[in-house]
Amino acid sequence: MADEATRRAVSQIPLLKTHAGPRDRALWPQRLKEEYQALIRFVEQNKAADNDWFRLESNADGTRWTGTCWFIHELLRYEFRLEFDLPVTYPDTAPEVAVPELDGKTAKMYRGGKICLTEHFAPLWARNAPRFGLAHLMALGLGPWLAVEIPDLISKGLVVHKERPREAAAE
Amino acid sequence: MATVEELKLRVRELENELIKCKQKQCAVEDAHSQALNRPKIDKMSAEVVDSNPYSRLMALKRMGIVDDYEKIRTFTVAVVGVGGVGSVTAEMLTRCGIGKLLLFDYDKVELANMNRLFFQPHQAGLSKVEAAEHTLRNINPDVLFETHNYNITTMENFTHFMDRISHGGLEEGKPVDLILSCVDNFEARMAINTACNELGQIWMESGVSENAVSGHIQLIIPGETACFACAPPLVVAANIDEKTLKREGVCAASLPTTMGVVAGLLVQNVLKYLLKFGTVSYYLGYNAMQDFFPSMAMKANPQCNDRHCRRQQEEYKKKEAEQPKVEVVQEEEEVVHEDNEWGIELVSEVTDEELKAASGVVPDLPEGITVAYTIPTEDTTGGDTVEETEQSLEDLMAQMRKL
Repeated sequence: MADEATRRAVSQIPLLKTHAGPRDRALWPQRLKEEYQALIRFVEQNKAADNDWFRLESNADGTRWTGTCWFIHELLRYEFRLEFDLPVTYPDTAPEVAVPELDGKTAKMYRGGKICLTEHFAPLWARNAPRFGLAHLMALGLGPWLAVEIPDLISKGLVVHKERPREAAAE
Repeated sequence: MATVEELKLRVRELENELIKCKQKQCAVEDAHSQALNRPKIDKMSAEVVDSNPYSRLMALKRMGIVDDYEKIRTFTVAVVGVGGVGSVTAEMLTRCGIGKLLLFDYDKVELANMNRLFFQPHQAGLSKVEAAEHTLRNINPDVLFETHNYNITTMENFTHFMDRISHGGLEEGKPVDLILSCVDNFEARMAINTACNELGQIWMESGVSENAVSGHIQLIIPGETACFACAPPLVVAANIDEKTLKREGVCAASLPTTMGVVAGLLVQNVLKYLLKFGTVSYYLGYNAMQDFFPSMAMKANPQCNDRHCRRQQEEYKKKEAEQPKVEVVQEEEEVVHEDNEWGIELVSEVTDEELKAASGVVPDLPEGITVAYTIPTEDTTGGDTVEETEQSLEDLMAQMRKL
């Protein structure tokens, strides 16, 4: 499962209280507020720990989420766009996070750039549904995935720093 | 050396040329297939002649297997997911002369799909439902097709999906007779489960494991048999040591054989269910490593998370109570062998009592079937929850943007 640092970060994210998905007209606005509260707290905690690594925002009804995530490798910052739709079965099932610009570059991805999570993730989500929210998805899903995949993609030359391609080519 | 701009231009030129070639090829193929296509057939004939596409199917009646084979033309089946299992399933139903097929898939055909059956390399880039309809219509023009190229799990599409399965029958406005889940992910299965529990729609679930060596089919009658949310996902144990299973650098493996077997088991169950012959399986597993086929039945879980599942269970209970008890006395002829010097006797693996008992949070499952994971009955772990807030959603959204 996740490493010690991830576990500590996750334990600090507040759990959500409202069991409602986007089809639940009455309760969804409350759940959406809780999602934002947990996300804001998580980002603030990351900033305080000097480990700020993503931003996320949604459309008005909270069904489509877009944002960016970044990864620091050898003092260089690599940034990627991320996106996902909330499935109608959320929060009983987790959304499939996509990093479209990495599509086709790694086998740990399904078509459309959806990241392929470890076999531990689905049971972990199921055991904690509906109290886990999108902040938990970032911490336990996308975070560990980036930590494993990005250094590997950089070492293979499949991900190149935006300001360094010229230098790299000149070497 | 050419500049980047020149190369870009050249790429665009070649792309345009490719599109023209593809269009030309399609036009030729269409003209060709129109010349080859047989006319539609109004009524299935049992006549045994080379030109009758239904003669071998209608022979099932003469042999006493099926009472009324023509009835197949009155049924509508929705296939969700037209991949390795779904495409073969759709082809089998098309060849059997099903009345109407609804196909749902958001994906495109890729060359990486060519280790599976049905799709062909020249179809790469086409949407799966479009490519499938084209091929299937050529195989049997008597079948009606309705295709939807979208992901059923998103809000808007899900509403449309619910509408089509409740109104997309052969006679517009009537529900479909059966939904077949041939998808490859948990979200989509749960979405189908949600829709079917709400509508009281009978469906069959199918799946192949990510290591490609096991699979299963399952009949779900809302309120009566366990729905997909009644228990953690069931898996057919392949008896592979987890330590020897390498997952590095790959997400999923697939074999045309396992997918073909599962599609075959699925459609066999569909035919038995629709045409009323043989015994319909509630759950049938396939372990390819040992060639073992565990089977069982599982009742709906009264504590199921899905409230529509619980509502369907109430309705089912009421219906059962209203029905007069009919004692079914099955007379079984005892098979007596002249001699049995080795003392061979048949022993049932699971009794009905054991099957009935197999419901609950951690289901009691027969050998060879297990759950992917278990879920604690009550959350005991505490932990901080989000506080009450005076802030509106708009405030929170703005705050998040400002961070």
